[in-house]
Amino acid sequence: MAQIDIDGKLYPVQAGDNVLAACLSLGLDLPYFCWHTAMGSAGACRQCAVMQYKDAVDTKGRLVMACMTPVIDNMRISLAAEQAHQFRSDNIELLMTNHPHDCPVCEEGGECHLQDMTVMTGHTFRRYRGKKRTHNNQNLGPFINHEMNRCIACYRCVRFYDEYAGGKDLQVLGVHNNVYFGRFEDGTLENEFSGNLVEVCPTGVFTDKTFSAHYARKWDLQTAPSICVHCSLGCNIAPGERYGTLRRVVNRYHGDVNGYFLCDRGRFGYGFVNSPKRIRTPLYQQAPVTVDAAIADFRELLETAKAVIGIGSPRASLEANFALRTLVGEDNFFAGLNDSEHSLFNTIVTIMRDGGVHTPSLKEVEQADAVLILGEDVTHSAPRLALSLRQSVRNAAFELADSMHIPRWQDGAIRQLPQKVRSPLFIASVYATRLDDVATDTYHGSPENIARLGFAIANCLDGSAPLPIDLSPAEQLLATAISDTLKKAQRPLIVSGCSCSSLAVVQATYNVAKALPSKDKQLMFTLPECNSLSLAIMAAKPLQQAFERISNGSADSVVILENDLYRRASSQTIDLFLDTAAQIVVIDSLQNKTTDKAELLLSSATFAEAEGTLVNNEGRAQHYFPVYPAAEKIRSSWQWLISVMDNSPWQHHDALTAACAKTFTALAAIIQAAPGSDYTVNNSKIPRQPHRYSGRTAMHADLDVSEHAPANDVETPFAFSMEGATAKVKPALLPVIWAPGWSSNQAINKFQEEIGGHLRGGDSGVRLFDASGSLPWFNVIPSVFKPEPGLWRVIALPHIFGSEELSLQSLPVRERLPTACVLLNPLDAEIVQVTSGDLVKVINFAGISVLKVSVLIEKTVPQGLLVITTGRPEFECLQNAMQVTLKKLTQQVQP
Amino acid sequence: MEKMDKPLTKNMMPDRAFATLADYESTGGYQGLHKAITQLQPKEVQQWVKDAGLRGRGGAGFNTGIKWSLVPLENAPPYDKTQTRYIVINADEMEPGSFKDRFLLEHDPHQLIEGIIIAAYAIQARTAYIFLRGEYHVAAARLTQALLEARAKGYLGEPILNSDFKLDIHLHTSAGRYICGEETALLNALEGKRATPRAKPPFAVVSGLWGRPTVVNNVETLCNVPHILHYGVEWYQSLGRGADKGTKLFGASGRVKHPGLWELPMGTPIREIIEDHAGRMQDGYQLRGFLPGGASTDFLLPEHLDVLMDFDAVAKVGSRMGTGTIIVLDDKTCPVQMVLNLEEFFAQESCGWCTPCRDGLPWTVTLLKDIINGQGRMEDLDTLTGLTRMLGPGNTFCALAPGAMEPLQSALKYFREDFERYIVGSKAVVEQT
Repeated sequence: MAQIDIDGKLYPVQAGDNVLAACLSLGLDLPYFCWHTAMGSAGACRQCAVMQYKDAVDTKGRLVMACMTPVIDNMRISLAAEQAHQFRSDNIELLMTNHPHDCPVCEEGGECHLQDMTVMTGHTFRRYRGKKRTHNNQNLGPFINHEMNRCIACYRCVRFYDEYAGGKDLQVLGVHNNVYFGRFEDGTLENEFSGNLVEVCPTGVFTDKTFSAHYARKWDLQTAPSICVHCSLGCNIAPGERYGTLRRVVNRYHGDVNGYFLCDRGRFGYGFVNSPKRIRTPLYQQAPVTVDAAIADFRELLETAKAVIGIGSPRASLEANFALRTLVGEDNFFAGLNDSEHSLFNTIVTIMRDGGVHTPSLKEVEQADAVLILGEDVTHSAPRLALSLRQSVRNAAFELADSMHIPRWQDGAIRQLPQKVRSPLFIASVYATRLDDVATDTYHGSPENIARLGFAIANCLDGSAPLPIDLSPAEQLLATAISDTLKKAQRPLIVSGCSCSSLAVVQATYNVAKALPSKDKQLMFTLPECNSLSLAIMAAKPLQQAFERISNGSADSVVILENDLYRRASSQTIDLFLDTAAQIVVIDSLQNKTTDKAELLLSSATFAEAEGTLVNNEGRAQHYFPVYPAAEKIRSSWQWLISVMDNSPWQHHDALTAACAKTFTALAAIIQAAPGSDYTVNNSKIPRQPHRYSGRTAMHADLDVSEHAPANDVETPFAFSMEGATAKVKPALLPVIWAPGWSSNQAINKFQEEIGGHLRGGDSGVRLFDASGSLPWFNVIPSVFKPEPGLWRVIALPHIFGSEELSLQSLPVRERLPTACVLLNPLDAEIVQVTSGDLVKVINFAGISVLKVSVLIEKTVPQGLLVITTGRPEFECLQNAMQVTLKKLTQQVQP
Repeated sequence: MEKMDKPLTKNMMPDRAFATLADYESTGGYQGLHKAITQLQPKEVQQWVKDAGLRGRGGAGFNTGIKWSLVPLENAPPYDKTQTRYIVINADEMEPGSFKDRFLLEHDPHQLIEGIIIAAYAIQARTAYIFLRGEYHVAAARLTQALLEARAKGYLGEPILNSDFKLDIHLHTSAGRYICGEETALLNALEGKRATPRAKPPFAVVSGLWGRPTVVNNVETLCNVPHILHYGVEWYQSLGRGADKGTKLFGASGRVKHPGLWELPMGTPIREIIEDHAGRMQDGYQLRGFLPGGASTDFLLPEHLDVLMDFDAVAKVGSRMGTGTIIVLDDKTCPVQMVLNLEEFFAQESCGWCTPCRDGLPWTVTLLKDIINGQGRMEDLDTLTGLTRMLGPGNTFCALAPGAMEPLQSALKYFREDFERYIVGSKAVVEQT
């Protein structure tokens, strides 16, 4: 710690910090643009000028940029000095010479950092009489608007996009006051984190195009704390609603999980909530019925059934799954997972709980000093993790900088100094991944071969670990090199997951982690869906057994919770299962092939209209809250389920959560994930609507001139209202981040313990378990994958856009789907005599042609594998690990 | 030894040809290098140059020997692995009114090459880059030829003069832009990046080209080095007439009788340069003022003619010696228009990184144009004055904008009536109509 004098007052600050971060950590108002906690100092905007004095008697002082000035013990500075104040005001005046006065029609208006800073510096009067420079704007694709005339050239966009996120297609072009931030030519921004430009840009250059399509001001959005449902990482989000539709999703800061950034699937995948495919009314035998009638039908169905089984869901809340489990009974409750997922999840949860290796948060991932990824392209399976891993490779640069006394926030210097010096990152995957550009070395192979490499690394690290036989010299060499590197690391991290659908990969991953000598070693698995881990913790039975229960007649009815079973097994299997079952109840929010088969279809709320607990891949339970009341004929899944329970002890969600916590010791802590409905501040609930929420009395005046009482929320600590105190609410519970003078997302500074640290009062959620114990070596090592001539093995791998079920129903995401094609090794392509773009017939083991699809040759795909995309309806006819043959199709001209 | 008072230009030929290796060696060329490599340790070479008092001729005037001594020579971590160090020659002469380096490059390229090798030896750099202004194609051709000659003679590539030291020199012709004269922007440009200055610290001597310790020296600076080594420190110190040592190329442009470039001792009075060497003002013109060292220096007045061309002496009267090439303002040229011309140049050449420079310089241009076009207001002069402070030293990311403000702030001080005449005149016109 250091002590510094700011305007005559002494403050304790972090030594080594820069003065700007120190001032903001103290809660002082000092304007800035180019500096960003996550990206460090650039010194470009010159907005954070302060006076620095030599000593206590110096009256002259000199103007310095706070972001570029290190904190020194006993230094004396002034924010209020006239010269500094005047400079900051003059600087804004300069920025404003070219900035259009279009705030009333700008999407950023009302949450614009430039507006805030302009007001803060006091610049109000325009003296500049010249013309403003103008630019052409670009079409940047379905996610992002571009309005370059508003640009104040803070360089944050390119620093984030190129340097932080590894993007290649957004650049600064031009010079002097004609600098232009855009692409070389119009076109979709390719990077998977492009949406963060919306929040990184301090003004309205980059705005959310999906939001523009149904725009509302920040102050007109109703918001509640929520959790992203599009992968297993559990990023915190703040969704905004108006007029009963979800308008946008923005990042909600979490010190341990997502920090300041989201991936594009998480930000733009929300469109499914407003989708025309939404089930907005219960349907009995395809006909709309009232909620009461539906409940009666549900009851009758259960009563007439011989025996009922329930199928849960990895995308439904813990409470909804628990309610179903209770309704049908533990023995009749099945996880809605395919068999391979089922065993993977069980193994993963066992390793996480009893394997004795710590599972890190994303924040901890960023601090890893050596990383090995086995079998994952994390950009596609857990995108936000890829962004964290991309930061982890910079640790070597930070250490180098430390040794030369260059502060870590000196961004330009730290990016310049190390050149190609990076912390090691090894990636073993099926084929090339999006992180290869920062990888130390890569390995491509079948899941068996990836697992074998993992086992070999473990053996190199610890001779008592089992050794694969028949390892090639090259593989042995690589395993030795990787283990030598990992051995030296203090905070090594092994990452794996479910993408390969390979138990061997998961087990090999554990062996490596177990074999590592470091006491601060870490192990992280990614899972496919937002609540996959919960199902594993609940130890639900495999889906295959559910099929057997129906086929052997020991049950005749099935209740399916938020699960399109056609994504879990082959169509034939599911058709047989559903056709055999006498009665089918489906609870879901979007139409799909499973809901089409429902006798009774219960319209359920999405994450935006419901509450629940999700357990992320780290084992962190987090609670999401309804943003707005569900439409009249929509209920939360748990409500549907409880409505038919006789004498249910839980009429409220909190009771359900508590019961769930009581039932499973591993879930005992979930009640601490968020406060219950009895939480109040100054006897009031937390308002979901901001103070300036407008038109409440007029919003529905075209239908009804009387003002209705706001919907009552008895389930959560929040009110569908603008009334209520927020001043003393824990920041983690604040629906929207807003502080006096700080209307933009930059207001988060005011709610952190220190800049970039935890939220005051703690971040949201609770970790359910910490690793303890130890497991024996896994010793079932698969043999080498040997491609059979003329036969290909199908391997389905995830893609950020298209593999996840819900975001696939978001129109902007659909625009980003890659062409559906199969990937083939060049030598295999030669055998089939195809080149990229040619059509092939995919023929199954029975000799039946099941698919016509175009081929893309990818040189890193191993021979003998046919890569398809997980979850794409186009590939529904193909199952993972299926053996197929290929035949070239001569392209026929369409009539 | 007859040209010993003009070491830098002793090989200059009247027909504008250039000194070949043979020509260069015939007047003592590469003797300094011989001495440095065969008789001196790198640290000793640094000491010689430091003791000689050679100050950077690019305009900043930093002691060259001291700059070299800041390069970590020992295998201090983290650089021990490759021990890569670079020397980079700033030959991007783009300062308006300056043409001294061009003269040295075109006429005596071996003098520079010898200086580079000695400097590289002093900091133990194995690679040198000459960053040459793109438009200097004559210099590029001659340098290329001279580099071939030096290589053939064994001064480059192979271990030099049976020592264990060797050096490669690469010639890089710039794609343009004034900001490349700023040493860290130059390094970025050399790496193929945008020519934007870097934050300092860390300085280039610690983390420069590709993150390695790098010395960036001006052409003329290094041209002095062979002579210091060859003829000695005392001889070099004896050349200066004022506080600074050695000789320098001084120039004059504008309406003087004989615009040109002369090698003169440091500390030569400005009056001598303008009156004796440039032959006074052309007939019918009076001296109104002058920029002593290129476009980014403050105006001085006839009353300053007796100031010595020394770094500190010129600074003392409120300007900078800069590149030592004087731009003369006569009484029939409008200082406001002259300043507009300069500010348009600087506004265009701003790299666009920091706000005051990027957005402030275009505003000065707008205001000056308004004034000249009869749309100026008296308060515009206050705005301009405010901008000269706003864009002053320390407030911007690099020295471009503060340099750009020097002619403007001094013009506002010395020629205020010219600005006011435009404004008052325009008012008179308005009142008449």
